[in-house]
Amino acid sequence: MPLLHIENLSVTFQTASGPFLAVDSVDFSVDAGERLAIVGESGSGKSVAMLAVMGLLPPTATVTADHMAFDGQDLRQLSRRARRRVVGGDIAMIFQEPMSSLNPCFTVGFQINEALSAHTDLTRSQRRERSVELLRSVGIPEPERRLSAFPHQLSGGMSQRVMIAMATACQPRLLIADEPTTALDVTIQAQILDLLVDLQKEHGMALILITHDMGVVAETAQRVVVQYAGQQVERQDVIGLFDAPHHPYTSALLDALPDRATGDRLPAIRGVVPGQGDRPNGCLFNPRCPYADDTCRTVVPPRQPAALGEALCHYPLNRAEQAA
Amino acid sequence: MLRFLFVRIGLLVPTFIGITIAAFGFVRLLPGDPVLLLAGEHGVSPERHAELMHQLGFDRPIWVQYFDFLWSVLQGDLGRSLVTHRPVLAEFSTLFPATLELSVCAIIIATVVGIPIGVIAAMKRGTWVDQSVMGAALVGYSMPIFWWGLLLIIFFSGVLHWTPVSGRISLLYYFPAHTGFMLIDSLLSGQKGAFVSAVSHLVLPAIVLATIPLAVIARQTRSAMLEVLGEDYVRTARAKGLSQARVVGLHALRNALIPVVTTIGLQVGVMMAGAILTETIFSWPGVGKWMVDSIFRRDYPAVQGGLLMIAVIIMFVNLIVDLLYGLINPRIRHTR
Repeated sequence: MPLLHIENLSVTFQTASGPFLAVDSVDFSVDAGERLAIVGESGSGKSVAMLAVMGLLPPTATVTADHMAFDGQDLRQLSRRARRRVVGGDIAMIFQEPMSSLNPCFTVGFQINEALSAHTDLTRSQRRERSVELLRSVGIPEPERRLSAFPHQLSGGMSQRVMIAMATACQPRLLIADEPTTALDVTIQAQILDLLVDLQKEHGMALILITHDMGVVAETAQRVVVQYAGQQVERQDVIGLFDAPHHPYTSALLDALPDRATGDRLPAIRGVVPGQGDRPNGCLFNPRCPYADDTCRTVVPPRQPAALGEALCHYPLNRAEQAA
Repeated sequence: MLRFLFVRIGLLVPTFIGITIAAFGFVRLLPGDPVLLLAGEHGVSPERHAELMHQLGFDRPIWVQYFDFLWSVLQGDLGRSLVTHRPVLAEFSTLFPATLELSVCAIIIATVVGIPIGVIAAMKRGTWVDQSVMGAALVGYSMPIFWWGLLLIIFFSGVLHWTPVSGRISLLYYFPAHTGFMLIDSLLSGQKGAFVSAVSHLVLPAIVLATIPLAVIARQTRSAMLEVLGEDYVRTARAKGLSQARVVGLHALRNALIPVVTTIGLQVGVMMAGAILTETIFSWPGVGKWMVDSIFRRDYPAVQGGLLMIAVIIMFVNLIVDLLYGLINPRIRHTR
């Protein structure tokens, strides 16, 4: 049984100009101890899908799913109180902006302690001990002293380390990291990713990494989901994905990596992710796809078999290789 | 923080000088003079008028009078009332506890009611709860104080006979003023019913005086909460699996209070202006009513002394609020 099992999850936001489908029937299944990356441009619904799992979406969002279970428990059936025990306890999440994700009015120690007292039975002194231990485990120097620091006294990298310490405080079985390195300096990015993978291996927890950076995917993930305009357009293991992408979007994302570029100019994907008002007919990627024909513009593409990366495409790429 | 404190206190000096000029100037801009008003309907001969003006020192050049006033003020002397001949400072000190009691009760009502109302409105944003609460706040804010006070008197005192119309306590009770605060003195006196009488006298004027600050605090709390509820750290708090009460009441409210405290501080000035009207309507024997009476009598020393005292009090309240601000906002505490 997978740790997190989600089928046909859709999220719709009620906006002033009508409903907006941010996540369009996506499936996830994450096993214990597995590292899954969700890749896509801004606006492809990666974060929204995960926030839906956490139950952190605003009331304007409508979440529907055929199946939404953590460790066999249906998340939608749980009472608010029971769901809060899962969220923060068994599932933890860290966010893109570490500097604004910590409450400026409370000390680091207070904020870690709070997570511990919400989900564990530790005494006050044990919680303090555990907080120090956590800060040390995420590589913060002088952890005792840092407990009384306020968030504004920390750098971005330090804040993200504190966020990670807080998220792993109750030894979650699943950690969702929503673009954890996007707001950080390049040198710090690698450190934070290493830290996340180390902690993941050490505690045997599952890790879902949301990112738009294919480089990050290559370094960390085992399995990859490529998301575009709220849909999952490809699902593959990381080696297969980099070797033989099947969806033209995945292929275009890989071509845009500086390391893999061949010409003088870095190839870019023309246009932007369709928004609320300009969702095309047929395949959502067709306006930006170099291979699109009239079928793509009119007929919704089928889901290809696993051998073709479950690509959501009429004409998946690298078919010859698979056949051979 | 220390540097911040010194700069902040240093700024009080020019403010104080400005206040003395304003207090001294305003009352002299009013038409008429104290001698004419003392003489009343009988009038006074020009010679006698000049003689009296000379006696009171009002015939000297205006800047000589001002520096004379400033010099006395610096020595802690606000002069004597032209009407009662008692020292202005003594009169002010006798009456001020009544105003303070009224204002403190009003600010407590405004804060204790206003903040929760603002939080509820923010939580129920866009619903009928939000709209009716904010509509009521707008009405409260727009209602002229004297009109609102009269409406309450007519209804609660006139129709329902629940509360007395005016004064601080029923004439049945007499006890020495230990603190000047009727609520405390009535309790200390141990007389049966005295405290209840004091409360029933206080409740209407306190509500009237609290109305505008309450509306302002509720609106400010609502908008601050709405802003804060969208912040990343509120999402983090929810992601930790904390209860709604803790997320809203601690994580969000603590941050939302920062601008609200500033607002409450600014309302103290509004209260003093409100106290003048409220005290007049309810015959509340405080400095507000005394100031109005003194203005009508062109009691120059009383008006300028009273204005100065009120301004200085507001100045210090704002200083305290600024210092409090550092306490509730760690970012200020550390960066200065």
